[in-house]
Amino acid sequence: MKIRLVKLAHARSGDKGDTANVGLIALRDQIYPLLVREVTAARVKEHFRGICKGDVERYELPNLGALNFLLHESLGGGGTLSLMTDAQGKTFSTALLRMEIEIGDDEAAELGLS
Amino acid sequence: MKKRVRIAAGQGFWGDLPDAPVRQVEGGPIDYLMLDYLAEVTMSIMQKQKARDPNAGYARDFVPLMKAILPACVERDIKVIANAGGVNVPGCAAAVRDVAIELGLGDQVRIGMVTGDDILDRINQLLARGIELRNLDTGEPLAVVRNRIQSANAYLGAAPIVEALSQGANVVITGRATDTGLTLGPLIHEFGWAADDWDRLAAGTIAGHIIECGAQCSGGNCQYDWENIPDLANVGFPIAEASPDGTFVITKHEGTGGRVNVPSVKEQLLYEMGDPHEYITPDCVADFTTIHLAEDGSDRVRVFGIKGRPATDSLKVSISYSAGFKAVGTLVYAWPDAYQKARAADGVLRARLERLGLKFDQVLTEFVGANATHGPLVGEPSRELAEVQLRFGVRGNDRAAIERFTKEIAPLILTGPPAVTGFAGGRPKVEEIVAYWPALIPKTEITPRVELLTN
Repeated sequence: MKIRLVKLAHARSGDKGDTANVGLIALRDQIYPLLVREVTAARVKEHFRGICKGDVERYELPNLGALNFLLHESLGGGGTLSLMTDAQGKTFSTALLRMEIEIGDDEAAELGLS
Repeated sequence: MKKRVRIAAGQGFWGDLPDAPVRQVEGGPIDYLMLDYLAEVTMSIMQKQKARDPNAGYARDFVPLMKAILPACVERDIKVIANAGGVNVPGCAAAVRDVAIELGLGDQVRIGMVTGDDILDRINQLLARGIELRNLDTGEPLAVVRNRIQSANAYLGAAPIVEALSQGANVVITGRATDTGLTLGPLIHEFGWAADDWDRLAAGTIAGHIIECGAQCSGGNCQYDWENIPDLANVGFPIAEASPDGTFVITKHEGTGGRVNVPSVKEQLLYEMGDPHEYITPDCVADFTTIHLAEDGSDRVRVFGIKGRPATDSLKVSISYSAGFKAVGTLVYAWPDAYQKARAADGVLRARLERLGLKFDQVLTEFVGANATHGPLVGEPSRELAEVQLRFGVRGNDRAAIERFTKEIAPLILTGPPAVTGFAGGRPKVEEIVAYWPALIPKTEITPRVELLTN
């Protein structure tokens, strides 16, 4: 089955220059390994095509059940140079939560998602 | 030694809720009030104010605030730590001293001043000696923008704040100090943590990171279960209750709104995060992959297990420079086909700007209500949208071209697609852009100064 990240995680985003960061946090600890497996830097780069013009880096924080993504060249120059409504990348958090991932029926049942 | 020190955050940025610091002082027991006033380009605004008036150049809101809270702070022995001094720490300190005298508290308020962060007058000399101050993001040398620099400040850490407290200050005013140093300083002072006790310094730094954005860790801007977060109208700002061993609890005053729980603290920990293994400050390198969180009763989260590493031998420098001009104009299009009308208007506007021969470094059109925040992730907008705001921005170095652009928005009402409104504000304003240039400087180049203001 397909499931949207908004059912699996919460998130917060911010900026550093022209880079947006998105912290993706599993709603429950048991969900974290699924995020590590499915929400790769490459998939996030593909999800943000047309928005993120640079590389995507991913860091793992198993202690918080969270992943941190850096989306380079995403904020129209960043800071005061940017003309964007969201020059600080504050809504990149829910933009990532729109992403869909594939999960087997057995695994979904095990995680109480089906 | 105290067994517990309570540090309350009163401002997450310059312009945060004006009564939040008062509520932190009045709402329950605290030991320190920490106030962060300086955003990345705030210093350039303050340099301009100081150029016009040598007595200006600091966060003026801080002075009436101190007038409101000083009597309670003195009575309850609450110390105030604020980076409100901007580019004129002595001016800010003198204004607070005058308020203290006016309140009859002149002999009970001891103001510590931390300076030495301002390197604007030293830029030429630093560049001449081969300190290039390259942009941390782009790698460019500072010489590229040399004649457009408006302010330049090194981020000072906790050490000079500790020094001011040890000299007996109960109000410490700094210029460009790190947000985290404003929290770590009092903890080092109270608990006597050693300068190489990296784990505890990292713990105090992370406590500072959690509370430095004010209510953003206590229910504000919190996605987790947001609809059920109670009483944000009365949101409680955060308090870090720290212990000598480096563990701490994040909480808020009883009877306030908002929520402190593990998800709210996790969200703030990840805010503006880079590489979580190395959160670099002047005081230490903190490792966010070592942080552990546990619920500790209602609106209380315990934080423990934090590890740190030795500080680097550089300080971050925040430089601001003039970077041209921009203007943004908006119009609102109504159903039916609101998005399609806004797109057609965008086409008309671009054709007219082209015909005028205006050149810009950047032009951006957004459709607010359709896809301005999530862009292509939204798909094709519906023809049934109630309204869409066309938002059109231009940026460039030629002020005249930007001015000319601002005259092209209002005419679209009578000369473009129909069902358009929303131009009550007049022509868009041309804004001068002050941009941010982050760089590094060897610590050996910066000598923080600490002085007590004498009456």
